[in-house]
Amino acid sequence: MRFGVIVFPGSNCDEDAYHAARDVFGQEAEYLWHKDTELKGADVLILPGGFAHGDYLRTGAMARFSPIMGPVRAFAERGGPVLGICNGFQILLESGLLPGAMLRNRGLKYRCEHVHLRVEQTDTPFTGKARAGQVLRIPIGHGEGNYFAPAEMLKQIEANRQVVLRYTDPNGVLNDDWNPNGSVNAIAAVCNERRNVVGMMPHPERACEVLLGGVDGRVIFESVLASLRSAESLALQPQSAGRAS
Amino acid sequence: MIDPHILERHGLKPGEYDRIVGFLGREPNLTELGMFSVMWSEHCSYKSSRVHLKTLPTTGPQVLQGPGENAGAVDIGEGLAAVFKIESHNHPSFIEPYQGAATGVGGIIRDIFTMGARPIALLNSLRFGAFHAPGTRRLLEGVVAGIAGYGNSIGIPTVGGEIAFEPSYAGNPLVNVFCLGIAKQSDIIKGVASGVGNAVYYVGAKTGRDGIHGATMASAEFDDKSAEKRPAVQVGDPFMEKLLLEACLEVMKTDALVGIQDMGAAGLTCSTTEMGSRGGAGIEIDVALVPQRETGMTPYEIMLSESQERMLLVVKRGREAEVERVFDKWDLHAVHIGEVTDNGLLRVKNHGALVAEIPNRALTDEAPLYTRPMTEPEYLADVQKLDVGDGSRLNGRPTPVPNDALFALLGSPTVASKRWIYRQYDHMVQTNTINLPGLGAGVVRIKGTDRALAMSVDGNGRHCYLDPYRGAMLAVAEAARNVACSGAKPLGATNCLNFGNPERPAIMWQFAKAVEGIGAACRALGVPITGGNVSLYNETDGNAIYPTPTIAVVGLLEHADRVVSRRFRDAGDAILLFGEGRGELGGSEYLKVAHDLVRGVPPALDLDAERALQALLVQLAGERLLRSAHDCSDGGIAVTLAECCFDTGGIGAEVSIDGVHVAADARVNVAAALYGESASRVVVSVVPDAVTTVLERAAAANVPAHVIGQTGGNRLRMAVAGQIVVDSGVDEAERVWSSAIEQAYAKRVA
Repeated sequence: MRFGVIVFPGSNCDEDAYHAARDVFGQEAEYLWHKDTELKGADVLILPGGFAHGDYLRTGAMARFSPIMGPVRAFAERGGPVLGICNGFQILLESGLLPGAMLRNRGLKYRCEHVHLRVEQTDTPFTGKARAGQVLRIPIGHGEGNYFAPAEMLKQIEANRQVVLRYTDPNGVLNDDWNPNGSVNAIAAVCNERRNVVGMMPHPERACEVLLGGVDGRVIFESVLASLRSAESLALQPQSAGRAS
Repeated sequence: MIDPHILERHGLKPGEYDRIVGFLGREPNLTELGMFSVMWSEHCSYKSSRVHLKTLPTTGPQVLQGPGENAGAVDIGEGLAAVFKIESHNHPSFIEPYQGAATGVGGIIRDIFTMGARPIALLNSLRFGAFHAPGTRRLLEGVVAGIAGYGNSIGIPTVGGEIAFEPSYAGNPLVNVFCLGIAKQSDIIKGVASGVGNAVYYVGAKTGRDGIHGATMASAEFDDKSAEKRPAVQVGDPFMEKLLLEACLEVMKTDALVGIQDMGAAGLTCSTTEMGSRGGAGIEIDVALVPQRETGMTPYEIMLSESQERMLLVVKRGREAEVERVFDKWDLHAVHIGEVTDNGLLRVKNHGALVAEIPNRALTDEAPLYTRPMTEPEYLADVQKLDVGDGSRLNGRPTPVPNDALFALLGSPTVASKRWIYRQYDHMVQTNTINLPGLGAGVVRIKGTDRALAMSVDGNGRHCYLDPYRGAMLAVAEAARNVACSGAKPLGATNCLNFGNPERPAIMWQFAKAVEGIGAACRALGVPITGGNVSLYNETDGNAIYPTPTIAVVGLLEHADRVVSRRFRDAGDAILLFGEGRGELGGSEYLKVAHDLVRGVPPALDLDAERALQALLVQLAGERLLRSAHDCSDGGIAVTLAECCFDTGGIGAEVSIDGVHVAADARVNVAAALYGESASRVVVSVVPDAVTTVLERAAAANVPAHVIGQTGGNRLRMAVAGQIVVDSGVDEAERVWSSAIEQAYAKRVA
């Protein structure tokens, strides 16, 4: 499979995502510069973490105007799997590809540490290999990861089962002390209604190797690989649509 | 037109002015005077320190680049080099903590990628006034946020550091930042200008009026007017630097560059003259071509501005378009501002009219050099006296019971967990960090190889205040020992020398003794100094900081997966002590915490024993015989053992150590055994089957080694001379240790 890793000026986890895809999972990977206007045949897109355009103005606010975002949107609308990690999640929110917005962490400080996440939904391309209720230990690193949605939207997101991961204690129990940033309903990841676009604040690419102290992030990559393989074997080309772009 | 008042404002002494006139054969104009003043400032010229720095060991088979370039480099095998340096940003951080610290990070990162290396790790060493003193929190929060704001954004992990709180730093906090990068040895590029007619390019942020005379400010003491110097602090833009970093590394791959240098202290003046000087060439630029952020800037201002995120490049003739194309991609403008000449002069024009002409040598090699007078400080003889007497009271305070003393030490901000701080730093970006902050030396693996690099920065101002020679040796030993504890072989070091006003003979004596100590330890331990930085004039209203050399040591692990951390791994492992405790309480954290006393002589250091210990640690880690390793420093073996139990999910330990006899009173002797800070000691844990082998290896290496107990249970129990004196739940001790800083500073909104 071919991963497309989008590089905005200021992205800084682009190489980490690329390394995970290529060196850990043995897949093809390609950097896509934000000024590019085609996706070079990517089967799955990753918008990596970082500080696109310095996060000046507002996180993700400028990145959504990059030329690459047109093809990204078209890819998403055709059902292609898109994962936004951290800053990538923020960009997807600003682009309207995912619902909601990010506020500063409630502690007002950047936080980098391992957190525990409960898998809420397994019918997205990035969580298909996980068990519902499974607890993943994956690092975060952000200053603005306090997910927010207005009451009506939140109700809809919950009703549509769009909350993919929640911050919990190590046993998978919701507990405000284990919510690192104050996210509403302890939301760590959401998907779109069609479920092919997922945004998550934690960094799965930082938890794919034993040497790095944990491998719970692997399931995110393994899931999308399995999802792409089954799509391929079912020959649902119009659905995955990556190479057509 | 140059009068004494102008000279004073430029920090130039009358004798220095005469020297300038001698070089030029005429009076300088104001622009030239400004250029001399920054280049001849203490910060840029090292005029007080150079005679001493020359004595440091700087060579070795592993050294690829010693002092004199933007950063040093050592060979780490497989054709790769580790490029690293430490630098201070003390003065700006006091005046404006966030931007001062942030631009310190930005500056040291530029030094590394300027060499053609990709920066992969940051460390920092911080000093503040007393933890609870007014002002400390504001400075600490600002400095930490500034380091985080810059490092996190640019995407370089902060993998470790150290911090201490002492009243002497209240008016002069220390912010020392270390950066390490990796380069192919063949790709290392230097800050030289050569080749007549080659183009000189300016790239990066526009030049503004910020930071003018920053280097001069860093070369003077503070007084109650220091807050007025705020305009001399620069403002950082990590996003711009991220673009510069990526663009410069991309340009370097083209082979179109002759040399490159960042613009740090003394800005355009320093970069042009140093590049010309190193290449034996001259440089001619026109400041009218320099991109400017403000209107009406004079040549004086442009040449002295310390605006951040700017680089100077010398490009091979005919290759200009290639270089410009790369910068265009990153939306940066590379501007052709001048040429390389062969006349050895720095010539500055403004719209074609000559405004300054100075021989490079006059600004660099021929800067003043002082052998300043030195005398042993008067305070020394008194503070070195430590009479523990009958032990019933020391400095008016009774000897606490051992459990209480341990808890007091664990809650001391110098010892307590720094999680509240390092949690604000992205320490995992780049997915290389294999020993997280708080677990010992920072360790990053090198992708594409089996290898990893370990790094640690250490320094104990209290030790150096009591004995600068021994204190500096101890700093080198501790940094190298921490690296060895992770299993890595120490390869090289960089130092940051933070002292008071060198014009005072007592300060100069501290400086000279510390440099001697560093030299002795670096020679003995095989870690040459590859570069560094000197920060003098750390005084406010005549009160100097503790003399504080900080040393960062870099070491190599040939197999990343053999990395060792401080944490016990399992119940039932044997606990061994390498080295011997002699109950040395001089300058200890215990005396400070329990008796509010900074007295005595710091622990003795046998460099041969230290070298043997470090070699043994590296050998044992390489043979996978160590489950954990942690050195004894602040708080002695008691704190070390407690820390081995922390972050393990509550693995306890039961140990028994020998008693010492340093006083008539038994309580003092117990305290000395538990909390004395004798050097060259490491606590390791090993699986029971490996004990015999480990003891044999230690005996062969001539390192004293004893089994002192085993891991297990959920309590920490320590006996001294057969008597249980510490008995505490690990969870209880860990709570004190992990929450001390957090409880004082953590705030939660909503």
